[in-house]
Amino acid sequence: MITESLVVSALLFAIGVVGVLTRRNAIILFMCVELMLNAVNLSFVALARLHGVAGHVFVVMVMTIAAAEAAVGLALVISVFRHFGTVDLPSLRSLRE
Amino acid sequence: MPPTLSALLQAAAPHPLDGTVARWLPVLVLLPLLGAVVNGAVALVRRPSSARHPLVTLVGPGVLLAAFALALQLFAAMRGAGTSLTAPFLVGGDVPWIRAGGLTLSFALQLDQLSMVMVLVITGVGSLIHLYSVGYMRDDAGYARYFAYLNLFVACMLVLVLGASYPLLFVGWEGVGLASYLLIGFWFTDPANARAGQKAFVVNRIGDAGFLAAMALLWSSAGTLDFAGVPTWLAAQGNAPVVTAVALLLLLACAGKSAQLPLYLWLPDAMAGPTPVSALIHAATMVTAGVYLVARSGALFAAAPVASLAVAAVGALTALYAATIALRQWDIKRVLAYSTVSQLGYMFIGVGVGAYTAGVFHLVTHAFFKALLFLGAGSVIHAMHHAYHHAHREDDPQDLRNMGGLGRHLPITATMMTVATLAIAGVPPLAGFFSKDEILASTLARAHGTPLASASLLGIPGSVVLQGVYAVGLITALLTAVYMTRMLVYAFFGANRSGEEARAALHEGSPIMVAPVVVLGVLTLAGGWLNLPALLPLGPVGVLDQWLAPVTGAASRQLGGAAHLPHDTEVILVGLAVAVALLGMGLGVWLTRHPVLPKAQAPEDRSLLARAYDADRWAERFVVAPVRRLAERVLADAVERGIDGAASASGRGVVAAARAAGRRLQDGDVGRYTWWLAGGAVVLVAILVVG
Repeated sequence: MITESLVVSALLFAIGVVGVLTRRNAIILFMCVELMLNAVNLSFVALARLHGVAGHVFVVMVMTIAAAEAAVGLALVISVFRHFGTVDLPSLRSLRE
Repeated sequence: MPPTLSALLQAAAPHPLDGTVARWLPVLVLLPLLGAVVNGAVALVRRPSSARHPLVTLVGPGVLLAAFALALQLFAAMRGAGTSLTAPFLVGGDVPWIRAGGLTLSFALQLDQLSMVMVLVITGVGSLIHLYSVGYMRDDAGYARYFAYLNLFVACMLVLVLGASYPLLFVGWEGVGLASYLLIGFWFTDPANARAGQKAFVVNRIGDAGFLAAMALLWSSAGTLDFAGVPTWLAAQGNAPVVTAVALLLLLACAGKSAQLPLYLWLPDAMAGPTPVSALIHAATMVTAGVYLVARSGALFAAAPVASLAVAAVGALTALYAATIALRQWDIKRVLAYSTVSQLGYMFIGVGVGAYTAGVFHLVTHAFFKALLFLGAGSVIHAMHHAYHHAHREDDPQDLRNMGGLGRHLPITATMMTVATLAIAGVPPLAGFFSKDEILASTLARAHGTPLASASLLGIPGSVVLQGVYAVGLITALLTAVYMTRMLVYAFFGANRSGEEARAALHEGSPIMVAPVVVLGVLTLAGGWLNLPALLPLGPVGVLDQWLAPVTGAASRQLGGAAHLPHDTEVILVGLAVAVALLGMGLGVWLTRHPVLPKAQAPEDRSLLARAYDADRWAERFVVAPVRRLAERVLADAVERGIDGAASASGRGVVAAARAAGRRLQDGDVGRYTWWLAGGAVVLVAILVVG
């Protein structure tokens, strides 16, 4: 049971990483990051069976922080959209000379 | 390899001074140092205050008096030990200082008969001058600072005369140089005073280079820097050229510190400091350090007769040269400054011809009468300054042309100054007569059949050099009597030229300024009894000579053999010396027979002697200016264009590289950032897994 959970978790995490690396839309990027966080949550819950209740505590913690992060991140995305009129990341390169 | 000091200490037999008051020797140095710290703290805390602090008045002279009391105790202990005292008493040989390679140095202090004489002069005359300063500096805003510097000077001077090795002596040597610099520029708000301090420091640096080179050479060839180790080395070395080289380098150091040709230039300018400072540092103690060093290195100089002849020749030339300049100076302190240079030349003659006792004897008597002359001059300047202040005039209080007839207003000072003038002119039975006569007689006595006479200096036979030195010494004695009489007459006799209103305000200083002058007057009268010649039936003969015999006797015999003048010759010499002194004083009176105008009305004195042979201008043109040009060239080409240029170029390179790398890393492309992030995570995990 634990093995299957960890395999699913690893797959989810890999999908998240690939999404972050390859997608251009900022909101999709965010969703991929959430996917990675939840992959880790799944590992925590699964491993809590072996190592005790600390895994559950971590999951609650991660979810809290993910919520905060989403709030800040989405606010940033909205600001970016208002300023540049787009959330397409490759076109947000005004730092470049 | 000669034994090190600590080995000597362990091997040494019990010393006759063991268990006596001599173990408190370090306290002697620490007392004035404590005074410097306390007074320095007061000066720092009460910076804006102009009032004198009672703590300073108590501590400043107090530590000196305590040190003098301790010095007397030490002297009594040494007297008690008597003739058993053949080796110096060492303290602190086990306190490590420098350990580098084969060099092991300790903070060892040594007390022997020569150090004892110096310590008594430094603390004794020093105490009197500290007391005098309480009166002289009473209204000065830098009262506490002044005493801090003066205490510091005494502490360093004591290290100089008590150090048991050349490096420790050098610490004191540099320390007194620092104190001298601080005190010459004491009134530093006048740029001329600050410049005078710098000049003293820089000129002394040339001599110090000689000292450092001498120590390096001594270390590389002898393997020791302790005084105790030098004779062992000399016994194995004989008269090798390296001994002469070390001695000549030491002579350069002494010429700097003791203001001999050609490094005397700083001393006349050093008069910019307060007058008690001139009395203590630039007359009685610090400038005699060179004489002390030659006497201390007596074994070295005795093994190098050529260097000894050079010392005597330099001394004779300086004595004559400075005496001629003193003939035509108008500033009372400058007369005394050139006189000091000249008298130091005399001491160099003494220690140069191997008559170490005579040199040290003149050092002691000179400390008495020259300190007296400077303190007297200080009283005069003090009185003149206040008189002019009272009369609301801006005239020069130090100029002899503004004085005249001061004897009526400052009777005690005038009497004491007359005593000192008679002493320095060489009138018997005052202190200067005995010491000067002994130097001249010793010079002539060594002119034939001694190792010194058979050596030669620059191709001139030693006997000729010595006879020349004697002749120059005699002429200098004549000139000394002339210029001192001239100064005395212009200052204290004849009609007063200070002006009506100022004259009414002229008066003697407070008792604390008069008392030290009187004590020094008594010492000037009695100082000759320290070392009476056998010729005159006045008391015990050659006390100082017997006292110093364990330290300098061997070196003295090595250079001079059993030199002795026939009785008749001695009588003639003494007669000649007295005749010269009286003739000189007569000439001095004759020279001053015409009245002079006050400075403001007198035409500027442009004679060659008044301009001191323009030596400062020559030095400026031929030494200072070329060195400065070279320094500017080095600064502009090598430093600014070379080193600075290279540094700037390499700096620009770093900036360019950092900019290129930074631009590539942080270009605002979020996609690229994520790849970097993922790559970093992979590397991190890889390290964790592999490691």
